[in-house]
Amino acid sequence: MSAGIVSYGAYIPRYRIDVGEIARVWGADGEARSKSLAVYSKSVPGPDEDTATIAIEAARNALRRVNIDPKDIGAVFVGSESHPYVVKPTASIVAEAIGATPYLTAADYEFACKAGTTAIQTCMAMVKSGMIKYGLAIGADTSQGAPGDPLEYTASAGGAAYIIGKEGVIARINHTVSYTTDTPDFWRREGQKYPSHGGRFTGEPAYFKHIINCTKHLMESVGTKPSDYNYAVFHQPNGKFPMRVAKILGFTKEQITTGLLTPYIGNTYSGAVPLGLAAVLDVAKPGDRIIAVSFGSGAGSDAFDITVEDEIENYPRHMGPSVMELVENYKMVDYAIYAKFRRKIHLGV
Amino acid sequence: MAIPRFWRHIGSRYNLVGTKCKVCGKVYFPPRDVCPVCHRKSLGSMERVKLSGSGKIYSYTVIHTPQKDFEMQTPYVMAIVELDEGPRVTAQIVDCDPSEVHIGMRVRAVLRRIGEDGEGGIIYYGYKFVPERTSAKGAQGHLSVK
Repeated sequence: MSAGIVSYGAYIPRYRIDVGEIARVWGADGEARSKSLAVYSKSVPGPDEDTATIAIEAARNALRRVNIDPKDIGAVFVGSESHPYVVKPTASIVAEAIGATPYLTAADYEFACKAGTTAIQTCMAMVKSGMIKYGLAIGADTSQGAPGDPLEYTASAGGAAYIIGKEGVIARINHTVSYTTDTPDFWRREGQKYPSHGGRFTGEPAYFKHIINCTKHLMESVGTKPSDYNYAVFHQPNGKFPMRVAKILGFTKEQITTGLLTPYIGNTYSGAVPLGLAAVLDVAKPGDRIIAVSFGSGAGSDAFDITVEDEIENYPRHMGPSVMELVENYKMVDYAIYAKFRRKIHLGV
Repeated sequence: MAIPRFWRHIGSRYNLVGTKCKVCGKVYFPPRDVCPVCHRKSLGSMERVKLSGSGKIYSYTVIHTPQKDFEMQTPYVMAIVELDEGPRVTAQIVDCDPSEVHIGMRVRAVLRRIGEDGEGGIIYYGYKFVPERTSAKGAQGHLSVK
């Protein structure tokens, strides 16, 4: 029996900042910025939120929807590029906060924006091999762009959690493949507060090359074509890239709209594809086919071919907040409050 | 805060684990070894229970002059929350404006950062409460698709 998604949960912090407000501070044309990125606002974590608290909320939302003993979760992996500690795992905090400790394995993953989907792959392998009954894979981030850097318009916060298992599967993961090369398009060196990137180099040789090759490889492996899928979720560093990559690959706008959240919440990095997939699962029906392809700078892509099972009809989605509920529960803040919340202001004490 | 002191309370702080007296049924938080009602009859009958995290605001105050580490959150709300199981806990109310808070307001527990030992020290996580929103419309409003 193959592995699949037993439950999922999402979390998006409540605060938002408008792209136009960020542009105002840096003397840029807000409307032009917003249009060129296809992003209107981005989520901002509260002053007491970080990747661990976001991961925990997402994991608890996943557990609210399913009746499983947390002690049956044999592995917790948290993918993020903004772990609260450089040394000391986020995963052990999450495991403690959901009551899964102590008999489990846990670790943090880092692969820019794709660490969360890699965590799903590891859980699939451990479940399929019989090492564990359930695995918890989370992608969560509170990403930061340097003040004034183009990244600041999109770098946001959010996450989603997936419980992977063999029993009570609501969406079967038929197949997964990856595509990885050494491509230095985006990085953050040890001790640096903000990441650096290669500007336009993050496009063609990085995002597009990896997503296109990985998606094609997956469809060749399982013998599918774009029209076989009801929904497609591509990594979404902005609103434009996923729309363009979908067009290049032959997917329609209708296929990607449900899972495209960046225009409203920005780029949640490791949370991006997991959240997009969660938005699709919020509305998916039995038999629906989903393709989800992540991208992490550095660089690599993970692609998943998923079929929604009949079990989703019995699955109490309403026990946790839907992605759209989280998107729509928001409070706008100005740049000053944003700078305070994101610790861009240093107190003189 | 000393690391062992925080570590010892992780179970309670992360998951609201309290105790229930199996003699009289009363629930306590933080955990107690002896029931103050049943005294020695309760010895050996105090059971660990995970509380639901749902409750209502019993009383609250708005802090305008913050203590250290809370400068970024001023003004913030501290409340006594009466949990559905009975115990009352003191905690911060977050993700809402102080003007929205009222006695009797339904809240639910979340895990947040409650402090840290400077930039290089341990980060302390613990429970805070957020409003129990029955619908997303309780927030600023719906995003219109532009």
